[in-house]
Amino acid sequence: MIRIEGLHKSFGKLEVLKGITEHIHPSEKVVVIGASGSGKSTLLRCLNLLEMPTSGRIFIHGEEITGGRHDVNMLRRKMGMVFQLFNLFPNYDALGNVTLAPIKLLNMPKSAAEDLGMHMLEKVGLTDKAHEFPSRLSGGQKQRVAIARALAMNPEIMLFDEPTSALDPEMVGEVLAVMAGLAAEGMTMVIVSHEMAFAREVADRVFFMDDGVVLEQGKPDEVFSHPREARTQEFLARVRK
Amino acid sequence: MSWFEAFAAKFHQCFVQDGRFANFMLSGLKVTLQITFSAAIISISLGSFLAIVRVTHDKNIAAMYPGSKRIALKAFNQLCKLCITVVRGIPMVVQLMIWFFVVFAASRNALGIAILAFGINSAVYTAEIVRAGIMSVDHGQTEAGRSLGLGYVHTMRFIILPQAFKNVLPALCNEFIVLLKDTAVVGYIALCDLTRGAYLIAGRTYEPFLPLVAAALIYLAMVIVLSKLFGKLERRLRTSDSH
Ligand SMILES: Nc1ncnc2c1ncn2[C@@H]1O[C@H](COP(=O)(O)OP(=O)(O)OP(=O)(O)O)[C@@H](O)[C@H]1O
Ligand SMILES: [Mg+2]
Repeated sequence: MIRIEGLHKSFGKLEVLKGITEHIHPSEKVVVIGASGSGKSTLLRCLNLLEMPTSGRIFIHGEEITGGRHDVNMLRRKMGMVFQLFNLFPNYDALGNVTLAPIKLLNMPKSAAEDLGMHMLEKVGLTDKAHEFPSRLSGGQKQRVAIARALAMNPEIMLFDEPTSALDPEMVGEVLAVMAGLAAEGMTMVIVSHEMAFAREVADRVFFMDDGVVLEQGKPDEVFSHPREARTQEFLARVRK
Repeated sequence: MSWFEAFAAKFHQCFVQDGRFANFMLSGLKVTLQITFSAAIISISLGSFLAIVRVTHDKNIAAMYPGSKRIALKAFNQLCKLCITVVRGIPMVVQLMIWFFVVFAASRNALGIAILAFGINSAVYTAEIVRAGIMSVDHGQTEAGRSLGLGYVHTMRFIILPQAFKNVLPALCNEFIVLLKDTAVVGYIALCDLTRGAYLIAGRTYEPFLPLVAAALIYLAMVIVLSKLFGKLERRLRTSDSH
């Protein structure tokens, strides 16, 4: 579904991604772990072209999205993204956040978009907060609205960049539960996260990124319990402390 | 004659006799308001346009591939910068006279020219205010919009600009107060505004005190009303707060 070939990304002189070649299958759940600065966010952001790869090619359904020929906005409709800091639109209420893109992009009438929006909010358990503004939602609620917002465009792939690391511990569970539900529906997901228990339960594969490459990958059990690489062992020892 | 009777006589002479208040001050006030409101509309539209060009350039030029689009944006940005520098560097009265006596020397539509001159002058300040407002909106907002598939224009219009305007409302209010008071120099191109009206009454009656104080009070009242309106707008927009 997503094929990445020789992906490189530099910011000026700093080379952040140093050649990544991977294939992610339909309905697969990939959890990406790795130290800060190893390039996890950059990899994710290259997938929906929020960052332009310096070289290498990315294919979605066999169609190349790199090289400048592809309609970036059409691509992004099919790929939802959830950010660490939620990035909800403060000038719209929860429902407005969810319905903005369907109204503007799919030319949906407002009432139909609101039906859709309420359905999405129901999915994340927030119908009662539909008319609250983001400033009046808790972190966990904000992130769930952000997930509903991304789902409203009916994407085929969902990208999550550390969706729970800005949350208070007691709110992590509610967000992970929504994500697990999504996974059970068969969504293709790429998730940057250090929630080991969640990764064990949901992930088909775990990527360990180190210094711009996927150094080690495999089933969660293999990577977490029997890491082959010394760097992976070091990293796991550090985050488990 | 008591003090009060003297005052009443002067008051009558300045404002009532020959309908002076209506003929000079009120008709002048109308001109002042016409210029201010029309110029404010130009200011906000042209100013936002200039700001968007500047921001679009600054945010995107580094990531753009070489080509005609890139060259056009660069040229356009330079042009906007040049306009801002030139207009900001010339005193309002001089600009006004250049428009009236040089550029449109053939036209006698002083009101239209004043609106244009004040609109353009105010626009360059509004441009910098709006630009600061756009820059103050967290980049994550743009990314969230774009990640949903919204284009640059949609993202600007529905996500960034509403937040930007909210953030700079106090500065915009200030700019419109300055604009309102700046119009007091339109007498230079023979327009009879509130200030000119008061000045003419003073000239006919040899009584400068009352008409000038009256004009001052009317300006003050308008400024107070304007700030109140902006304050109201600000409170209304505060229902939504950034996270
Ligand atoms: N827009 C940018 N301009 C310049 N450097 C950048 C930019 N974005 C990221 N970097 C740099 O690229 C490197 C990798 O960043 P990235 O955000 O991908 O790391 P990460 O693995 O997601 O880290 P974290 O766990 O802290 O989120 C970092 O050194 C970062 O400073
Ligand atoms: Mg990151």
